[in-house]
Amino acid sequence: MITATVETRENYLTHEYGVKSWLLTQDHKRIALLYLGAISFFFFLGGIFATVIRLELLTPPGDLVSAQTYNKLFSLHGIIMVFLFLVPSIPATLGNFLVPMMIGAKDLAFPKLNLLSWYILMVGGLLVLYAMLVGGVDTGWTFYVPFSTSYANTYVIMTGMGIFIAGFSSILTGLNFIVTIHRMRAPGLTWFRLPLFIWSMYATSIIQVLGTPVIAVTMLLVVLERGFHLGIFDPALGGDPVLFQHLFWFYSHPAVYIMVLPGMGVISEIVSVYSRKKVFGYRAVAFSSVAIAILSFLVWGHHMFVSSQSVYASMVFSFLSFLVAVPSAIKVFNWTATLYKGSISYDTPMLYAFGFIGLFTIGGLTGTFLATLGFDVHVTDTYFIVAHFHYIMVGGTMMAYLGGLHYWWPKMTGRMYPELWARLSALVIFLGFNLTFFPQFIMGYLGMPRRYHAYPEEFQVYHVLSTAGASVLAVGYLIPLVYLIWSLRYGKLAPDNPWNASGLEWQTTSPPPPENFDITPVVNHEAYDYSTLEEMKVG
Amino acid sequence: MTEHIVTKKQYAMVFAILMLLTLATTAIGMIDLGRLNVVVALVIATIKALLVVLFFMHIYWSSKLNKLVVVSGVAWLALLLWLTLTDIFSRGWLPFPGK
Amino acid sequence: MANHTTLALRHQFDNVEQQKDASTFGMWVFLVTEILFFGGMFCCYTVYRSLYPSAFGHASNHLDVMLGAVSTAVLICSSFTMACAVNSAATGAKNALAAFLWVTILFAAAFLVVEMSEWHMLYKEGLMPGFNFTYHDVDPAHVQLFFCMYFAMTGLHASHVTIGIGLLVVMAIRASRGAFTPQYYTPIEISGLYWHFVDLVWIFLFPLYYLIARHLH
Repeated sequence: MITATVETRENYLTHEYGVKSWLLTQDHKRIALLYLGAISFFFFLGGIFATVIRLELLTPPGDLVSAQTYNKLFSLHGIIMVFLFLVPSIPATLGNFLVPMMIGAKDLAFPKLNLLSWYILMVGGLLVLYAMLVGGVDTGWTFYVPFSTSYANTYVIMTGMGIFIAGFSSILTGLNFIVTIHRMRAPGLTWFRLPLFIWSMYATSIIQVLGTPVIAVTMLLVVLERGFHLGIFDPALGGDPVLFQHLFWFYSHPAVYIMVLPGMGVISEIVSVYSRKKVFGYRAVAFSSVAIAILSFLVWGHHMFVSSQSVYASMVFSFLSFLVAVPSAIKVFNWTATLYKGSISYDTPMLYAFGFIGLFTIGGLTGTFLATLGFDVHVTDTYFIVAHFHYIMVGGTMMAYLGGLHYWWPKMTGRMYPELWARLSALVIFLGFNLTFFPQFIMGYLGMPRRYHAYPEEFQVYHVLSTAGASVLAVGYLIPLVYLIWSLRYGKLAPDNPWNASGLEWQTTSPPPPENFDITPVVNHEAYDYSTLEEMKVG
Repeated sequence: MTEHIVTKKQYAMVFAILMLLTLATTAIGMIDLGRLNVVVALVIATIKALLVVLFFMHIYWSSKLNKLVVVSGVAWLALLLWLTLTDIFSRGWLPFPGK
Repeated sequence: MANHTTLALRHQFDNVEQQKDASTFGMWVFLVTEILFFGGMFCCYTVYRSLYPSAFGHASNHLDVMLGAVSTAVLICSSFTMACAVNSAATGAKNALAAFLWVTILFAAAFLVVEMSEWHMLYKEGLMPGFNFTYHDVDPAHVQLFFCMYFAMTGLHASHVTIGIGLLVVMAIRASRGAFTPQYYTPIEISGLYWHFVDLVWIFLFPLYYLIARHLH
């Protein structure tokens, strides 16, 4: 019989009941769950669009949907996945839950602002949803002008405003994390004793704060041009459509690091626990997170090599883009070195971590191909690009997200997930993912353009493989949805520290009490102190 | 609380300088200095901005962290302008391959 | 009587000092986002002025430089009174605090009145893109681009002034009710930071839009 550690003590879930206690909560842990519900919804919605896209692409002619409908499908898939799922995902769910706990604080610096952030995301998301229901947009998630400002006859303004509003959610979360990490660490918790997850959340927050305002003002300018005819990007007035692209990508490139850095933080945590070793080269990994944040702002022009950006500027951006690969590579080396001679266990989170390391490496290396001017010019706007970013976003971030969700599930819910089903779905996801996206590298290289719903016969075999993979992937994602919800009621009760992990979040109950800790912890040892933990176990 | 309180007199001095500089920039704007016009105007604006940030907004007496935050914000804007203008100004320097 | 300091300390903070530091730091981080927010428009302005300098010069001369200068002076006055309000809060001069806040609000409102009258004049002269643009003189396309940027930027700025007025009204009402003491006046301080930022933006907008080529007049 398991000692019911959950039932005897009050925790943040049982502390209060009722809809109001959730919708008006200022508890970062509850807000994290509010986000979890919301972004899960957006993920599956974006997935539905992906499903229809892959179904259309089974056959060469455009026979399932019209051209404009297809344009709407990939636009909405991108907008929902980027702005409403990936950007908030790890920061707003795992970050919100863990940042205060990992630094020994009772909550974030600004709990009311945190709740406001969630509501702002809801408003922005609802606006995008409403626009989608009445007709959607067909501009691509990139909203290039002058199509979006002057020629599109879809709901650009409404969708643009939705994204504009959702951006503020991201900004405020980043602001909250920066202030919290700087000002609310427990006594003795110096910067270089912080878990690497905190370093990556800190770096992500810097990007959110510096980059998101620029996409906000850019969307505002599109809305002003379309709504009030202030032709700021109108070529007839001397406006420059490439200027739009500069402003758009100034955010949207760093945004991809907003999407992957938190995942990298999760991987650092997981790799350490399941190797029973501290992360190799802690400082290098910590600094690499900040380096990625800074360097990510120097490379945006690599999205514009064929836009009529000057050759000189393209060369500069190409060079800088090679630089940004270095800190990412440092992380991969250090994770690998952590695994070396570690005591490895193959729990579900670790399986996802392995998946991340392999798939992110492939995605990242193809990034260096794309930084090469000569090569990029040939594969721009082909499926090579699509494959590249899906390897990182899905093979990388999504796997890290699922790994982190499983790793911290016991802490967040007080329940264990079913290990067998979890490992099975990790495997299904890995296989489905590769079947979906590897053929896309090949067909992209061979010339299959992106955003086309009809294509020449010669590409069909790749599309069929890809769609087959997508069906497997879809199953792989649905299984965790089922068993995670199942575990809330029927899962084994979780102990405080099921993984025997180091880290302040594991020193409190599963689930934690409302104030996180009974007494503020004092930290006097390094992060990932597994050698000491192992000694204590033996002795 | 050990906190630096800035006196109204100190604020008044800053205020007077700001008004003088506003007058100066308007007057100089009426004179033809060719390409220097924009330089002078921006220099004066920058001085005014520094006065506001340092003294009205208390950065002069603030922590290093707050100072770093301000500098980073300005630096990032400069970065946006710099690399974008690099494109604008270098169009035509090098030919596109094949042309 | 309840102690204002302990009442105002939120549970996530260990002491009032930490809370104040965090709030001020948080406001500065927010202002950085505002720098980048306006910055996107400054970037557009810089690009277009570099590409079309003479058209921008001609267009600039259609703006009323006196009204522009007066607007600048009014905002600087408002910054001064805002700073004095912070000083009053720090020294416990509660009546002066409320008074300075209300005067700041008055200056802010005056700024908006001048701004709106300028906009009205431009509309009457047929220089408002999207609503009434009838300029046919030299370089009409690029002059129109100038005015697109002008209205976008002054409009964004005016919306920030309006929000600032709302914020300051709330502060003034709270101050009149004695909510602030020398031990707790953080909301006044961070409202001040926001207000000074609004002034800062205009300090750059004025020469960039109004003083491009005045000598040509």
